[in-house]
Amino acid sequence: MRTKEDRIFQTIGSTIMIIMTLLALVPIALMMISSLTDNATLLKNGYSFFPGKWSLYAYTWIFQSNGATVIKAYGMSFIITIMGTICSLFLTTTLAYGLSRKGLPLRGILTFLVFFTMLFNGGLVPTYINYTTIFHVKDTIWGLLVPGLMMNAFNVLLMKSYFTASVPDEILEAAYIDGAGEVRTMCSVALPMAKPIIATIAMFAGLGYWNDWNNGYIYIVKHTELFTIQNLLNRLMQNIQALAQNSSNLSSAQQGLAQIPSTTVRMAMATLGILPVIAVYPFIQKNFVKGITLGGVKG
Amino acid sequence: MNTMMKKAGAVTAPAHKMNGKRIRRFIPVYLIMLPGLIYLFINNYMPMPGLIVAFKQYNIKKGIYGSDWIGFKNFEYLFKTSDAFVITRNTILYNVAFIIVNTFMAIMVAIILSELYGKAKNFYQSAILLPNLISTVIIGYLVFAFFSVENGFINNTILPLFNKDSVDWYSKSQYWPFIIIFVSAWKSVGYNCIIYLSSIMGIDRSIYESASIDGASKMQQIRYLTLPLLKPTIIMLTLMAIGRIFYSDFGLFYQVPMNQGALYATTNTIDTYVYRGLIQIGNISMSAAAGVYQSVVGFVLVLLANLAVRKFDKENALI
Repeated sequence: MRTKEDRIFQTIGSTIMIIMTLLALVPIALMMISSLTDNATLLKNGYSFFPGKWSLYAYTWIFQSNGATVIKAYGMSFIITIMGTICSLFLTTTLAYGLSRKGLPLRGILTFLVFFTMLFNGGLVPTYINYTTIFHVKDTIWGLLVPGLMMNAFNVLLMKSYFTASVPDEILEAAYIDGAGEVRTMCSVALPMAKPIIATIAMFAGLGYWNDWNNGYIYIVKHTELFTIQNLLNRLMQNIQALAQNSSNLSSAQQGLAQIPSTTVRMAMATLGILPVIAVYPFIQKNFVKGITLGGVKG
Repeated sequence: MNTMMKKAGAVTAPAHKMNGKRIRRFIPVYLIMLPGLIYLFINNYMPMPGLIVAFKQYNIKKGIYGSDWIGFKNFEYLFKTSDAFVITRNTILYNVAFIIVNTFMAIMVAIILSELYGKAKNFYQSAILLPNLISTVIIGYLVFAFFSVENGFINNTILPLFNKDSVDWYSKSQYWPFIIIFVSAWKSVGYNCIIYLSSIMGIDRSIYESASIDGASKMQQIRYLTLPLLKPTIIMLTLMAIGRIFYSDFGLFYQVPMNQGALYATTNTIDTYVYRGLIQIGNISMSAAAGVYQSVVGFVLVLLANLAVRKFDKENALI
């Protein structure tokens, strides 16, 4: 039975949530609509939800004039995301599995070593010097792949507690007594039982790699052919900024600017960057929520 | 080999003190863990001693350990500039604002979502979580679409409605605290509310039923049941955030204001300062000093926050 107060609460609550939903989606919509607007119209009216004239020119321009660069960056993003996720899963799962094994000597110390990295770190400068002077990752694909993203203490501990809670030690012991080696025990007994958490960690890692721009920004300086889509977006913003600054000084540059549909291209590129995430979102959303809940307070 | 191990396993199960045999039995486990441990060493532990670079005149040819010691000179320089004060103030004040605004928003949304009927709430939840999955570079683009001086939605559509003149958003630093706090809330509310929502879902529904039989209104139920029961979660998450008060989301303060010099007064934080010192200005020593300042003070704060958590609730303490 619903009281009057209940109905008022439902109305106000729904209104607030509808506003929040709009606030979340509207900026993304503005970006997508702007990418489909005619560039001259956009320069006249600004970014708008109701463009006077629609146009696909930004996309044709990207794929005709800059096609190679954009497709390469897109491909780079996919390669980095796939390789990174695989490496990340491998490192995280193996370490977490080991840390979850009861009776493992030094288990406490090793767990603390993982955990300690959440409390204290060397910070950017020593990390940068370490990776560039000792491992020489600068301007190589390793610079995108290795620093920071491949494994983090949070995911390891999350997975470790999942193993501890959901994979009973007796089952592992039984497999062991049946003559399965540790690797086989892990692969054929523990991992199948930990599928949900593996999916969650894979998703965290994949998103982390797809959205990362920091590594490319710091470690890729000369070899811009290694740029991911995020790095290209970053570079594009700076370059067009330079163009726009010139145009206010020189009126003749205005014509050049009009030929490059810079304002719409910017938004079209950003749309391309967001598209894969939106495409997989319905599939990962449940897992994502579950992962956050699992991590819960410890996050 | 297998049979040998089997024997060892069978023996170790009851006997705990046979360390040598136990270690031998677990050698394969150590091997399994090795790649992860190596990465941990390279990525996290190798840089740590490098913090001493802050006490040196860094010379790239001599490396960190070969460079000359100069004691606290880098720190003297750092704290003589007004930068040290500005970046500390910005980092802390923004974090305080985030803690207040984001916690309030997250709790509000979580309570509403938990009380709403119907299927629509699943859609709301998915929608508000989406901004969390977008890269900071693209968030910078979204903000730009609204605030761009020539083409921005606000200057072209919103301000003319009120007969106001265009604002040069990217050179007026006074607006940015609001923009950044808004963007932070926009990005994180969907994420943060999940934790509160799961706490609310963990509450036994029967207490609400008995409350409503006793005549408690919805607002009273929220005020006297939900909020008090959420208190442990709120305190925990707030303490954790206080522990992180010396750190900032680098992308939020670098990408979103587009690294505009005119905005540094209100957008420069310790993280952006360290980054600019290292990459743009090339003043590695100064940057390292700021990094050590952050690492050390940050470490102390995390420890203190954890002590507080421990005192409050042992189960949720990290240490």
